[in-house]
Amino acid sequence: MSDTSKNITPPVIEIGIVGWMRKNLFSTWYNTILTLIGLYFIYLIIPPLFSWIFFDATFSGTTRDDCTSSGACWVFIKQNMKLIIYGLYPSDELWRVNIAYFLLTVSIIYLLIPNLKYKGFVGVFLLLIFPIICIFLFSGGLGLENVETRLWGGLFLTLVIAGVGIVLSLPIGIMLALGRRSKLPVVSLLSTIFIEIWRGVPLITVLFMASNMFPLFMPEGVNFDKLIRALIGVMFFSAAYLAEVVRGGLQAMPKGQYEASQAAGLTYWKMMVLIILPQSLKIVIPAIIGSFIALFKDTTLVLIIGLFDFLGIIQFVGTNPDWLGFSHEGYVFAAAIFWVFCFGMSRYSQRLEKKLDTGN
Amino acid sequence: MTSETMIEMNSVHKWFGELHVLNDINLKVAKGEKIVICGPSGSGKSTLIRCINRLEEHQRGEIVVEGTELTNDNRSVEKIRGEVGMVFQQFNLFPHLTILDNCSLAPIWVRKLPKVEAREKAMEYLRRVQIDDQAHKYPAQLSGGQQQRAAIARALCMEPRIMLFDEPTSALDPEMIKEVLDVMVGLAEGGMTMLVVTHEMGFAKEVADKIIFMDEGQIVESKNPTDFFANPESERTKTFLSQIL
Repeated sequence: MSDTSKNITPPVIEIGIVGWMRKNLFSTWYNTILTLIGLYFIYLIIPPLFSWIFFDATFSGTTRDDCTSSGACWVFIKQNMKLIIYGLYPSDELWRVNIAYFLLTVSIIYLLIPNLKYKGFVGVFLLLIFPIICIFLFSGGLGLENVETRLWGGLFLTLVIAGVGIVLSLPIGIMLALGRRSKLPVVSLLSTIFIEIWRGVPLITVLFMASNMFPLFMPEGVNFDKLIRALIGVMFFSAAYLAEVVRGGLQAMPKGQYEASQAAGLTYWKMMVLIILPQSLKIVIPAIIGSFIALFKDTTLVLIIGLFDFLGIIQFVGTNPDWLGFSHEGYVFAAAIFWVFCFGMSRYSQRLEKKLDTGN
Repeated sequence: MTSETMIEMNSVHKWFGELHVLNDINLKVAKGEKIVICGPSGSGKSTLIRCINRLEEHQRGEIVVEGTELTNDNRSVEKIRGEVGMVFQQFNLFPHLTILDNCSLAPIWVRKLPKVEAREKAMEYLRRVQIDDQAHKYPAQLSGGQQQRAAIARALCMEPRIMLFDEPTSALDPEMIKEVLDVMVGLAEGGMTMLVVTHEMGFAKEVADKIIFMDEGQIVESKNPTDFFANPESERTKTFLSQIL
């Protein structure tokens, strides 16, 4: 190699910001036109939006009379914050919900900080112990006053439904997926029927059935809580979708992995838990998180059976005569909060994938 | 032969649908015996050794491994799998586990060995196949030859009495074949009972007590290496040998 060829650098136009722009934005005449049109649309949309949300908005005050500017009136959200976060949960008992919010936040932050010890314990706490604590905290018992579920609402209710759905639907989904691939015809047939029935029905129908039809089939006097019925519906609905996602992962496993496990003497369950599921779940992490995100957003449908989730309560407070005409703020706020949660899950999924990558 | 019989196959048959993949297989393997099985692809040689640890089910005849007959009873299958180690063409290491965990997993979960002991033993076998310095890496970070040696160590960690090798060097680059064969020769010299499906005739000459040639699901020829190469009887064996030597 000669000296010149060693020291040669890439042509200037290929590198740096100018190079990047040339390559990606202005490479041909029609790309240039598209870029300019795009910039024009950004110019049309972004500045007014930001003015409405931030610069022209009203943040302080207590009534609608304080909202005199041309922008958004965030006073509306501020004044109704308690309803939006807790629903109609009794004021004296809010500390119970707050404890749960606190434990949840602390555990999640702990799990997100890299390289901490005992993450496994925190995960087990979050998935097994925390839900049990929540049952007592939220509904009462053990000396705590009973709070009926019809008073639950707002972000609190949304998180309860999504949380229960996410935590319970994955194990059920995994069992259904294994069942569908089982060599035993009865197990396989039953799993398949279960999955296809739940997948074939819209969630709205499931919720309607849970809310209106189900009591008709029950003997008189037997009364399941409406929220529990909705939770079971959401859980099985989500489990059926997850089952198919997990089955996809199982099918992607090379036959050799099964054979090597069997040759080593592992029984079916040990093979599944130690070898097959860790690998196949890893493959489908993006799809699983996708299902969770869909589930999280679908929780808004419980509004139609009279449960006031996060979005439902925002709609509800918008109909308060004191605050008529501020539903835009409500919807933008709801969208922003939903986006934060969903985007968070999406980012976590990417991190998990990177962390679990072993180069194969 | 006076020594203990490890494997006995009596008129074993197997079909894949209409295809008769194993046709009246009779085979006796004594303790410490090293058997090389060769033959054209599709001759049933892999199926034969895969029947011994029940990765394939035979449909007729009987297979007895160390006094236990292979039946549909899960206990007999589990018992035999505990005694028989297997090495695959595609290594089949568990990609989500480190090499050390690959080796200690089955001893911990099947043999119920304490974790520390299982890991010590795993390190010992990894040292024997000379990849103890790779113990904490994942399979994908190793070369093919290293992966196959790790797979051999993984099988040995169960302290099997019989080792099955299903074309252990066929997926390897030429320069890596020797390192794997060296490990296998070492194992043979240690007195392990081995059944090896391979086309490595150099290896067969060096270590085999018996070479079996299979074609169309049948054992066509079964001889000691000297006779096998010097005077094969069947035409099919001669043709095969002329093609691969």
